[in-house]
Amino acid sequence: MTSEDYFIQGNEACARGAIKANCRFFAGYPITPSTEIAEDMAVFLPREGGTFVQMEDEISTLGAVIGAVWAGMKGMTATSGPGFSLMQEHIGYAVMTETPLVIVNMQRGSPSTGQPTMASQGDMMQARWGSQGDYEIIALSPSSVQECFDFTVEAFNLAEKYRVPVMVMSDENVGHMREKITIPEKVEVKARSMPEEGPDTYLPYRADPDGTSPMPALGDGYKIHITGLTHDERGYPDASNPQAHSKLVKRLCNKIRHHTNEISRIKTENVEDAEIIIISYGAPSRSALKAVRTARDQGLNVGFIKIDVVWPFPEEMIQKAAGNAQRVIVVEMNLGQIFYEVQRVLPEVKVELAPKIGGEMHLPEEILKQINSTKD
Amino acid sequence: MDENRENRFMKYLRKDRLPHIFCAGCGNGIVMNTFFNGMEMAEVDFEKVVMVSGIGCSSRIPGYVKCDSLHTTHGRPISFATGIKLANPENEVVVFTGDGDAAAIGGNHLIHGARRNINITVICINNSIYGMTGGQISPTSPKGSYGSTAPYGALERPFKLSEMVKAAGATYVARWTTAQPVQLSNAIKKALKNKGFSFIEVMSQCPTYFGRKNKMRSPIEMLKWMKEESIVKRRADKLSAEELEGKIIVGEFQNKEEPEFSDKVCQLLEAQCTTGKPSSTRSAFEGD
Repeated sequence: MTSEDYFIQGNEACARGAIKANCRFFAGYPITPSTEIAEDMAVFLPREGGTFVQMEDEISTLGAVIGAVWAGMKGMTATSGPGFSLMQEHIGYAVMTETPLVIVNMQRGSPSTGQPTMASQGDMMQARWGSQGDYEIIALSPSSVQECFDFTVEAFNLAEKYRVPVMVMSDENVGHMREKITIPEKVEVKARSMPEEGPDTYLPYRADPDGTSPMPALGDGYKIHITGLTHDERGYPDASNPQAHSKLVKRLCNKIRHHTNEISRIKTENVEDAEIIIISYGAPSRSALKAVRTARDQGLNVGFIKIDVVWPFPEEMIQKAAGNAQRVIVVEMNLGQIFYEVQRVLPEVKVELAPKIGGEMHLPEEILKQINSTKD
Repeated sequence: MDENRENRFMKYLRKDRLPHIFCAGCGNGIVMNTFFNGMEMAEVDFEKVVMVSGIGCSSRIPGYVKCDSLHTTHGRPISFATGIKLANPENEVVVFTGDGDAAAIGGNHLIHGARRNINITVICINNSIYGMTGGQISPTSPKGSYGSTAPYGALERPFKLSEMVKAAGATYVARWTTAQPVQLSNAIKKALKNKGFSFIEVMSQCPTYFGRKNKMRSPIEMLKWMKEESIVKRRADKLSAEELEGKIIVGEFQNKEEPEFSDKVCQLLEAQCTTGKPSSTRSAFEGD
């Protein structure tokens, strides 16, 4: 098997990852700083026999992707903050109907139109809670161009395995940065599973209490009804039935929650007996790692945790890796989002925030200064 | 029940979902009858029909039909339908929507679907009111008509939906009322046969809300009113705006051939594809 090296942007790496993962449908709407993903898909998809369509807004991009996914495609869209806000309605629909799909969010300075050409990690909680109701999604956070490729492929596989929308939560830094990456000729691709049963006995929403079911494509003869209303195993609306709602929504949550340790992933460095642990994800994890290594060169006992899969939050992994630290510093490009999650799961540890907004990344020196700031 | 007396279109329904939720006297039943009639006349393969709907009374129709169906979000069914059609152009995609769904919250998707001339058929049941939520005025409520959010009469001008969709580029557009089921069936037949964006506007009765709030309580009364106020388009074209005040213009507004969107996408794939698989429908089922 041969692989090839490229010098490309994070956005382009997402597009290439999607195509390697068998994505053959992309609906897009122009928005800075993710537009290059749509542009690349418009170029590459027809060559692969896939379909690109530019829709009238981000509400309809996700609608079109959901339609195409039910028609048998793997589908994706890409956007940034304002577009991500418009997508929340259909994220909820995809969760409720268990539609596997991938959304790339190249985060920019927000709220509102904010800073179109500057980076942030301000949408992390929106990714988790942006649509109405109790639900769970999966979100990965790439920090490099290589990770944009790798995590996009992984996002498609997770989407199929758990029948859930999966978000690739990167940011403007990574989306527009060029780096050398290696693209393998083939990647591991999880195919959607067709029902083993025929149309007479197949029930589209019959699943274990924390599982999901195989899904056929429209036109396969299964004649399924799909609705965003609370539905029973047949897919029929059953919206006034408290038991039906409770059973459905608990399953939608538990199919992710009960598999957190299989889905989530952190990377650690020198955490075993570290007094201070820096936790970061996405672009600022690069500055954080540099700061950690410099601190260790200076003789400080500092460890590092990078969160690759942020949602579902890797609670037990963080507890195991950082539970014995005296101090934990969460480095993120917002005024505190994942920080509160870390604080929640490490009640015995002094958890500090190293926030930064405005669009620029943390400098390693800034993080180093905070490491040294309250040193006894 | 005697098999022979059963409605001949019952075979298309999910009998395990009956009884339906529609009020007595609702026009949705007439629309379903005329749809199946038009579908049979157009010789559409029912096995390939995918119904898509938004939110509202009319959007509940696909849930009662024994075909693949998506009951989506408010106003957005045309966006879902676009993905379904492009992903597999063999799907015969029919959208059921209402005046609130298509003309208010979904107005943008409606005109862009028409602009693309994508081969789907949109059946918009226009009862001039929000029925599901209890009788609020809609963008098609006649000026001065009453609704729970217009207790002193509607102040706004209504949309002329068929005229708007024609202007946006649809290649088949017709408006009929539930009082003209034969003409409506024929229009649905033509809409399904048209290779492009087809729009059927059905003026329909909502005795429960529109009728009750506008002093036309019985469905019969409403059907009579629609029949009496209807004027065919070629006659209406000769009349002034004043003479047409309060009239329902019925007939064909558009019927022409134009290149269709999913065809154009397929042609692009044929020209650009380098893998030898220009149609990659069902990509999801291919593993490594």
